[in-house]
Amino acid sequence: MDYATLLQILDSTLRLATPLLLACLAGLYSERAGIFDIGLEGKMLMAAMASASVAFLTGSVWLGLLAGIGASLVLAAIHGIASITFRGNQLIAGVALNFLSSGITVLVAERLFKQGGRTPPLEGAARFSPLTLPFAEEARDIPVIGPLYAEVISGHSILVYAALALVPISWWVLYRTRFGLRLRAVGENPAAVDTAGVSVVGLRFVAVAITGILCGLAGAYMATALQAGFGREMTAGRGYIALAALIFAKWRPVAALWACLLFGFFQALALRPDVVTALAGVKIPVPFLDALPYVLTVIVLAGFIGKAIPPRAGGQPYVKER
Amino acid sequence: MDHLPKWADVALVPLISLVLAALVSALVLLAIGQDPVEAFKVMVSGAVGSANGWGYTLYYATSFMFTGLAVTVAFHAGLFNIGGEGQAQLGGLGVALVCLALPWPHWTLALLAASLGAAAFGAAWAAIPAYLQAKRGSHIVITTIMFNYIAAAFLVFMLVDVLRPAGSMDPASAKFPVGAKLPSLTDIPLIQDLFVRYNPDGTLRLTKAGDIAYVNIPANVTLFVAILACVAIWALLWRTRLGYQIRAFGKSEKASLYAGISPLRITMIAMLISGGLSGLMAINNVMGQSERLLQGSGEGAGFIGIAVALMGRNHPIGIFLAAILFGFLYQGGASLGLNTSIPIEMRVVVQGLVILFTGALDMMVRMILTWIFGMFRSHKLGAA
Amino acid sequence: MTAAADMDTTGGRQATAAPFAIELKGVSKSFGPVQANKDINIAVPRGTINGIIGENGAGKSTLMSILYGFYKADAGEIFINGRPTAIPDSQSAIRAGIGMVFQHFKLVQNFSVLENVVLGAEEGALLNRSLAKARKLLSDLAREYELDVDPDALIEDLSVGHQQRVEILKALYRHADILILDEPTGVLTPDEADHLFRILKGLRDQGKTIILITHKLREIMETTDNVSVMRRGTMVGTVKTSETSPEALAELMVGRKVLLEVEKRPARPGARILSVENLSVRDEHKVERLKGVSFDIHAGEILGIAGVAGNGQSELLAALGGIARATGRVVVNGNDLPLKGANGQSRRAAGIAHVPEDRQHLGLIMDFTAWENVAFGYHNAPQYQRSWLFMDNAAIREDTAKKMATFDVRPPIPTLAAKSFSGGNQQKIVVAREMEQDPELLLIGQPTRGVDIGAIEFIHKQIVALRDQGRAILLVSVELDEIMSLSDRIAVMFDGRIMGFRDPAKTNERELGLMMAGMTGDDPKIGAA
Repeated sequence: MDYATLLQILDSTLRLATPLLLACLAGLYSERAGIFDIGLEGKMLMAAMASASVAFLTGSVWLGLLAGIGASLVLAAIHGIASITFRGNQLIAGVALNFLSSGITVLVAERLFKQGGRTPPLEGAARFSPLTLPFAEEARDIPVIGPLYAEVISGHSILVYAALALVPISWWVLYRTRFGLRLRAVGENPAAVDTAGVSVVGLRFVAVAITGILCGLAGAYMATALQAGFGREMTAGRGYIALAALIFAKWRPVAALWACLLFGFFQALALRPDVVTALAGVKIPVPFLDALPYVLTVIVLAGFIGKAIPPRAGGQPYVKER
Repeated sequence: MDHLPKWADVALVPLISLVLAALVSALVLLAIGQDPVEAFKVMVSGAVGSANGWGYTLYYATSFMFTGLAVTVAFHAGLFNIGGEGQAQLGGLGVALVCLALPWPHWTLALLAASLGAAAFGAAWAAIPAYLQAKRGSHIVITTIMFNYIAAAFLVFMLVDVLRPAGSMDPASAKFPVGAKLPSLTDIPLIQDLFVRYNPDGTLRLTKAGDIAYVNIPANVTLFVAILACVAIWALLWRTRLGYQIRAFGKSEKASLYAGISPLRITMIAMLISGGLSGLMAINNVMGQSERLLQGSGEGAGFIGIAVALMGRNHPIGIFLAAILFGFLYQGGASLGLNTSIPIEMRVVVQGLVILFTGALDMMVRMILTWIFGMFRSHKLGAA
Repeated sequence: MTAAADMDTTGGRQATAAPFAIELKGVSKSFGPVQANKDINIAVPRGTINGIIGENGAGKSTLMSILYGFYKADAGEIFINGRPTAIPDSQSAIRAGIGMVFQHFKLVQNFSVLENVVLGAEEGALLNRSLAKARKLLSDLAREYELDVDPDALIEDLSVGHQQRVEILKALYRHADILILDEPTGVLTPDEADHLFRILKGLRDQGKTIILITHKLREIMETTDNVSVMRRGTMVGTVKTSETSPEALAELMVGRKVLLEVEKRPARPGARILSVENLSVRDEHKVERLKGVSFDIHAGEILGIAGVAGNGQSELLAALGGIARATGRVVVNGNDLPLKGANGQSRRAAGIAHVPEDRQHLGLIMDFTAWENVAFGYHNAPQYQRSWLFMDNAAIREDTAKKMATFDVRPPIPTLAAKSFSGGNQQKIVVAREMEQDPELLLIGQPTRGVDIGAIEFIHKQIVALRDQGRAILLVSVELDEIMSLSDRIAVMFDGRIMGFRDPAKTNERELGLMMAGMTGDDPKIGAA
């Protein structure tokens, strides 16, 4: 594999890791607050459909982005009502929302565009265009680093950089602010938060809302930046892979970045049969490449995590007791 | 709060959940500019308005009984098996390998062998996530979902590169031998009378040979295997030591350790049974209907099993009823896709709503019911 | 100005206005058909330590939960410093100057002490300032009240005694004027408890009002100024501590004379049933919790294990009961037990019955019916099988009805779910199940925790009766009284080791207390004899 190929793969790694990272951070806020969210997938899918539809209809990708966030927030609200207000089973609520979005996205897209449940291709201002970072062209000639900067670092949509920026921001919010302290506490021991006079329900709803917003970004990125439009089931399990990355990262923001880059790398590899064949030395059938990210996800979940201790109160509804 | 009469808890809670899901579905239909009443009529006439509709409704119900039972067995062990879809596809592979292996002399032998193959392949596909859960603590929900995707890719490989007959362009296996053909419900005395065809003037239609003509339906003898499975799973869960241990483990892993119930053993066994049941579904659709292995043979039934299990309150009797209900929804949804401009995905929406209301919002439903009962009681008190 | 003086300003002003820090008038609370509090009236003078004593289930904790805004009273009024105060939530309680130290601490385990103290009482949106301020205050308080804790230590690394101090610090950081402690000494050594009482007296002398909820008469007599007695949801009376006696309080508590002693004949130990050699257990984090203990138990003998909770007793029971892996050697009736592939089933087959410490999470499945629970652990027993495949549910139900009658379980309905029984009756179901197996060796942990007095007497009698049938019994309890009155021999555990063995007739609470604190003891090896 030559350097140019490596750069190409790294470039797609970053692009493919972005929706994973946004979804993973989304899940981080929710799970740190003690609400398991298997419904990241559905929120992304709904956001992808809403953002692509609105972007196509209005011609503005920014309005599309807002619509995506809004759609994802609606699902987050349902998840919150089911799992916080009514103390329902969080896993089942998430699974239900995934089915709901799987169906509704097709229904709405079909109603709007009559193209078999997809949106028409997005063009121009209806899509996020790549940003060229300063001096990208000029730096191209510097050996090794130059092409890396120009090919891999530069030339992505703004959402990619936003996702990267969200990593240190999330770290800071989690560990340096009052909100972060309370958020972490409510996922570990809600009784401690409650007896300290802070509303457990309020905190958890805020966390779930943040999850909604970030999933909205992830879905919008899928449909308006990574690809040019919405297609049915286009998230293809990324919500679940993001959860696996979250577990792998042990619910920490910076580790989440590395985990998502790793999974993004797996996906980028799957897109390059030539490289995989060269690396493996034998021809690998395409279906195996398709399955590769999922297989590697299972292997990572099974093998490389020492002991991943989830937030202690995760998954359990909070009931006051003496 | 939780002082509902038992009958209300068993019967009314799922019923009200269903009504709520139906109401929200109607709102969804209104939102996309469709007439819910009209849609419901189309569904009813498509699913239960004709012998043909019933034939499909029962066919789907058969599959859902298997996948519903699969989810239930895992649920009772405290495990959430979302991998029914992949396990069913692997079950299909098992059926295909068995059916294509021999020129089967009689369908009963083929059915027995194919059932074993289907269950074994489905169970094997569930075994890995089960083992990883029990031994490595890998979240079974995520691993089973991953295995669905892997199963889909694996099946594509098997169909395109291995099972596809030479010269065929379809990613599908060869047609199964005649000896492996399962009798349709129209081949069974008495039951077949429900599926006779009529001429437009209301008289019985006859074949050229002068026999009574029957509607062509996919529902087949597997229905009875499914009913048998309902009985067997009921007996397993509430009448055997193994079932007792599965339920105890599902309620409290810690207490089970105290009682000497091995978490590894129960997790494995429960998931093997669960995967086996999902796999068994394939004898209904792969062997009983398509008679060859096609891509995506799970037909989404693996996922519907979740809704069926929740709706059926994790009890085989409930699952039997819920499976028929979902058979109706599925076939009705198909007629929506055929006869109206409502996409067939409407049934996924309904499925999601049923899971939401029966599985995650059941406390809300109970609160509503308790409130209604409370009103009723205070009225009685007021009258007295 | 010191932090303590800072806090005194509010209280000081109001002290002149009203003599009572807390006054409750006609407070009632019911949960469904159960009336937990009935028309409670109590007035707590400022600057005093007040005991509230009562049996389990007398309604003490409910009353305090009402004061802390966890429950809303059905009727009645609360006056704080003479002013009617509504306490709809914990926030209001904190604002009213009430601080609460719960029996089960409300701490975030993987947070530092500082983070736990500021949680919910932060200054501003950023943490730095709050943490710095808390650090300063903590060092002030440490000097003033012997409340020192390392502010940067993680809670999970602290001893329970220190964790409790963090709870007190939390309350003081929130300017609590009234401090309520719910059963604070259950997890402490006698020494730690004494330290706690010194802290409380110091706080009282600074003008704080303290309410101490306990079921231990000794603490009440030693610490409080006034004591109120609760019985079955009612307030039976309030007296000056100096004008009452333990006997009088005990009688008020249960409404009749209590037999504090268990009647039993001297033990007649027979053959050696259990022999434990160098038994060790590591927890899931590979930390050694049980560190090579050795002892024997003979037929017809009760060996009592005394110790503060968390010093290896649970691990000892778990290892012997086949729940935890262990190293060392365990011999029952001459047969070696497997310790690596430990399994509860093999233990039962070897004639070991086990009443676990935690009946709600280990001994019972709360959603199962009573009859299903009676088969729990004995689901493979031949008398419960109809055939090789099916269980004989009817036979189990019948057997359950019999056991319920023998052990006076109320209500005697085998089809009722375990969670529908009271704590005492749940315990009787477990005890009935295990004792009726006629075991060679009975392991029994905290046999009377959360059990009412009547059931305590009954269970104690059953234990002695089993001993008199020539069975070996290993009794683990954190209640020193229980150990002293039941045991034929006492072993004291501290930090995973046995500190020594004592004859209950020749020792006293003081000596045992010192051993429980790891202060004195014998060479561990001597005890094995």
